[in-house]
Amino acid sequence: MHAQYFSSVFMYLRNPFIIFIYKILRYMKILVCISHVPDTTSKINFSEGDTKFDTAGVQFVINPNDEFGLTRAMWFKEKQGATVDVVNVGGTETEPTLRKALAIGADSAIRVNTPATDGIYVAKQIAKVAQDGGYDLIIAGRESIDYNGGMVPGMVAGLIGANFVNTCIGLEVEGNEATAIREIDGGKETLKTNLPLVIGTQKGIVQESDLRIPNMRGIMQARKKPLNVVEPVDTATHSEAVKFEKPKPKGDIKLVDADNLDELINLLHNEAKVI
Amino acid sequence: MSVLVYTESEEGQFKKTAFEVASYAKGVADMLGTEVTAISFNAQSAGDLGKYGVSKVLKVNDEKLQKFNAKAYADAIKQAAEKEGSKVIVVSQSANAKYLAPLLAVQLEAGYASNVVALPEGTDPLQVKRTAFTNKAFNFTKLSTDVKIIGLSKNAFGLKENQTDATEEDFSPSLSEGDFAINVVSVDKAADKVTIADAEIVVSGGRGLKGPENWGMVEDLAETLGAATACSKPVSDMGWRPHSEHVGQTGKPVAANLYIAIGISGAIQHLAGVSASKTKVVINNDPEAPFFKAADYGVVGDAFEIVPKLTEKLKEFKAGNS
Ligand SMILES: Cc1cc2nc3c(=O)[nH]c(=O)nc-3n(C[C@H](O)[C@H](O)[C@H](O)COP(=O)(O)OP(=O)(O)OC[C@H]3O[C@@H](n4cnc5c(N)ncnc54)[C@H](O)[C@@H]3O)c2cc1C
Ligand SMILES: Nc1ncnc2c1ncn2[C@@H]1O[C@H](COP(=O)(O)O)[C@@H](O)[C@H]1O
Repeated sequence: MHAQYFSSVFMYLRNPFIIFIYKILRYMKILVCISHVPDTTSKINFSEGDTKFDTAGVQFVINPNDEFGLTRAMWFKEKQGATVDVVNVGGTETEPTLRKALAIGADSAIRVNTPATDGIYVAKQIAKVAQDGGYDLIIAGRESIDYNGGMVPGMVAGLIGANFVNTCIGLEVEGNEATAIREIDGGKETLKTNLPLVIGTQKGIVQESDLRIPNMRGIMQARKKPLNVVEPVDTATHSEAVKFEKPKPKGDIKLVDADNLDELINLLHNEAKVI
Repeated sequence: MSVLVYTESEEGQFKKTAFEVASYAKGVADMLGTEVTAISFNAQSAGDLGKYGVSKVLKVNDEKLQKFNAKAYADAIKQAAEKEGSKVIVVSQSANAKYLAPLLAVQLEAGYASNVVALPEGTDPLQVKRTAFTNKAFNFTKLSTDVKIIGLSKNAFGLKENQTDATEEDFSPSLSEGDFAINVVSVDKAADKVTIADAEIVVSGGRGLKGPENWGMVEDLAETLGAATACSKPVSDMGWRPHSEHVGQTGKPVAANLYIAIGISGAIQHLAGVSASKTKVVINNDPEAPFFKAADYGVVGDAFEIVPKLTEKLKEFKAGNS
């Protein structure tokens, strides 16, 4: 009798229609990965015998690709309801960057308290946060402009067994279904998949003009929003950046007179051998 | 123990990057005292790979893999690596290769170095030189895992012929339903246009060109050279050109043989993204434009006069040279 009762409740809960209603009534939980990187105008220098990035005089910002993703997350929140948390793996120095994301409109921030040593190490920290938080959608940048690894989002997806779309330049979610546009070499393709989903994103998911500059109210509110510090999971790295090097200075330019374009063609053909 | 290389093809034909990664893999294999095995998907003329040092080609022929699918391809490459006992896997840095490499790295618990620009400095431990800070610097990365994945930057190594008798073997990886959880519903790709990713030459225009109506001369020059067209960020932000043409630190990277910048000032973010190109030409009417410090050849003057003239002269040059 009891067993029958429970099984019918169970059947009811498993009914696809009920699941559908549940999914659309429940807010989507979004996690946006925020990498803390030198401003694009930064001059890049190294210290300690070219083994460390020299942060002296460098201003740090939200990685541009992540900022596009964060803005798309704000639209989900405003248009169809969603909670948006941001995460960074890094030391206390990244907190102003997380606060900026809160000022833009994220609900809460998580900082995993450990230096970002390599791609897999960071991905494992984010995977843990993602699993603990039960996120439906994880947004990361296609790449960070400092390490240029281009690996964290794909690794997070692989680790948690979520679907993954890289170079994502368009995303719509309805219930459990996602329609994504991926930039491919020379064009784009439209993909359909299900949540949970991880995307590696870039400009195009929103446009430059859609980006938000935090206003006073946002900045005030951000101070009161939670910024939770969690301790890292213990895991091995796979790689180590042992040394840095700056590109060799460029030799002098050869100027060609605007009335002597044959000379330019001659140089490109005989000297540079590129045409 | 062979070095495994993922060789990309399109409509059955290998792409140039396939031959470049094969050439590189041969270099790595020589350092390790082993051979190169390639894996190809629905490609016909596998023998072409032998020219670049490949000894064995694992040919996957599967209707379901006709369209690129990162998860399924990664799964197949993983199985090939296990079958061959490969400890080093080489992939290109095309959009597709960058999509599958981190998935493959997780599956094989492999260290992955992206944007690699040269043969390893040493193999024990394996250490590679790669670009970082969007071409503003290089870093040397040591991979400490048993299996390692190297993502080779386009045009960093070039083609090296190394005639080898390549044997072919059919390879049928076992794929699961989970490999097909993402479905391509449509592809939108200009069939006859050279892409920035594949181009040997890129012709790029900036705000100095004043408006989208003036791009005809850029396209003419590009067509004459068989080049792809690109643009600076403000040009795409203003909608003069599609976003897919935006190059630079926050746009697409350009690693062409020849990059021609027309009416582009040479802001640090722009230069970062295009500096991996071998030869840079700048056309700008302001002799103080920063790009002149970063280019190999320059013409000071009005682009509206220079570009059409240059195109005419190039047409004559091409006619005389063919
Ligand atoms: C976070 C961030 C990221 C960025 N990322 C990128 C990026 O990825 N890529 C990028 O390109 N920019 C990027 N930028 C923008 C960058 O800072 C510059 O603003 C931009 O590159 C300038 O574009 P431009 O050279 O086309 O225009 P301008 O700087 O306006 O230069 C136009 C040039 O055209 C020349 N000119 C004018 N008329 C003529 C003529 N008749 N003939 C010949 N020359 C002429 C002028 O002398 C001038 O040098 C970024 C900026 C920020 C803040
Ligand atoms: N330390 C980090 N903390 C949080 N997110 C990160 C971190 N490093 C990388 N990411 C995310 O992963 C993306 C790709 O980074 P990368 O693989 O380093 O190129 C970034 O755009 C971020 O969204």
